[in-house]
Amino acid sequence: MSATSSSFVVQVRGLKKSFGMNRVLDGIDLDVRKGEVVVVIGPSGSGKTTLLRCINLLETYDEGSIQVDGVEVGFRDGPGGTRHPRGDRELSRIRADIGMVFQLFNLFPHLTARENVMLGLRKVRGRSAAEAKRIAEQWLTRVGLGDKFESLPGQLSGGQQQRVGIARAVAMDPKVLLLDEITSALDPELVGEVLTVVQELAQDGMTMIVVTHEMTFARDVGTRIVFMDGARIQIQGTPREVLSASGHDRLKAFLARIEMKHH
Amino acid sequence: MTFALQSLPYLWQGLLVTLEVSGLVVIFSLIAGTILGVAIVYGPWWLYWPIRFYSDFLRGIPLLVLIFFMYYGLPLFKVNLTNVAAVVLALSAFESAHVIEVVRGAIQSIPSGQTEAAKAIGLRFGQRLLYVIAPQAVRRFLPPWINAVVDTVKGSALVSLVGIVDLMLAIQQVIGRTYRPMPLYVLGALMYFVINYTLSSASRRLEARFAYVRE
Repeated sequence: MSATSSSFVVQVRGLKKSFGMNRVLDGIDLDVRKGEVVVVIGPSGSGKTTLLRCINLLETYDEGSIQVDGVEVGFRDGPGGTRHPRGDRELSRIRADIGMVFQLFNLFPHLTARENVMLGLRKVRGRSAAEAKRIAEQWLTRVGLGDKFESLPGQLSGGQQQRVGIARAVAMDPKVLLLDEITSALDPELVGEVLTVVQELAQDGMTMIVVTHEMTFARDVGTRIVFMDGARIQIQGTPREVLSASGHDRLKAFLARIEMKHH
Repeated sequence: MTFALQSLPYLWQGLLVTLEVSGLVVIFSLIAGTILGVAIVYGPWWLYWPIRFYSDFLRGIPLLVLIFFMYYGLPLFKVNLTNVAAVVLALSAFESAHVIEVVRGAIQSIPSGQTEAAKAIGLRFGQRLLYVIAPQAVRRFLPPWINAVVDTVKGSALVSLVGIVDLMLAIQQVIGRTYRPMPLYVLGALMYFVINYTLSSASRRLEARFAYVRE
């Protein structure tokens, strides 16, 4: 890959995806540079979560290309420019470098907080038990759970569980972190503690793509806002540019709806 | 009552045969059923339909028919099995069909978010199964599986019908000599009960061990 494309951590080109007759992504182009925090907003059904899930191939895509650190995610090149779906082994290697945090946490309920973070370090990164334990405890402490190493997910609040989810993802030292509406399932008073952790990660230079409805977060932490509607990116730019783009009717309507929900 | 006591060593021999047949069947059906159960959930479509047919077909015919087929039917195809082998094969085939369904149900009871989270940290298929799915699925697997094991022990009484002297046939032979059915049937029922009660209480202890706090 050439030097120009490798300056992008994530490069999406002409991405198309349909569920049956329903086109959910209709030609998406998106470049994410190292250290950027790209916040994706838009009404539900606009394709933003699907876009995120395509990037680590939890969803397959029909057309177009997604490259993470210069490597095509969904396909490997065959002879004569043909594309072959990647096998489980190659995909797993690619996914190990793409962190993901889920709306419903998806912690492993049979493992303690520390074991949740250690699993990938041990089995994917091949760290020794002692190293994995040290890294896991370090990250859990950083997200404010220094006293919860031994807790099972069922013993933690939603906000605490989601912070374990973040620790589990970042402990793998990913090239990009995908956050999929990570505060949507939380009680309002627990949202802050999770977003604070994300903000700190952003300040440390973690490259992130964030799907969220938290407009304050989008404005304050995002380096770029991408507004999706109707399976396409309608407008993107700095938070200031996008949020003051009063000429854009769909965006205005969306922001008005969001405002109403919050008051 | 003395004759019942005198018959105990003989019944003991029968009990050992019952336990041996049951034990072999439980092991074989667990291995075959787990492999086929995992295959029916994760395997390609061309594996799905044969396994589906195998499971539905075997669960749909009476166990006795299956035993008679293996013992009296297979020789027609020049396959001659000893009565023990025929019975173990028939019971294992029957039981494995049930294990397939229990494994399938246990795996599918785990939310898809678990697999997604396991994929997201880069675990490969076998690792996802071993470290994420299986430890959770085993809790759902144990209760119905132990029921199936208890059914196997009880079902193994059918082997007496192809002349294997298991606990059931041993009881009947003693009755044939003494013409005192009641004490012996009670004794036999008690022995079956002790085995199966031990199994179900062991399963309750196991379930408690695999329990964890759920949100």
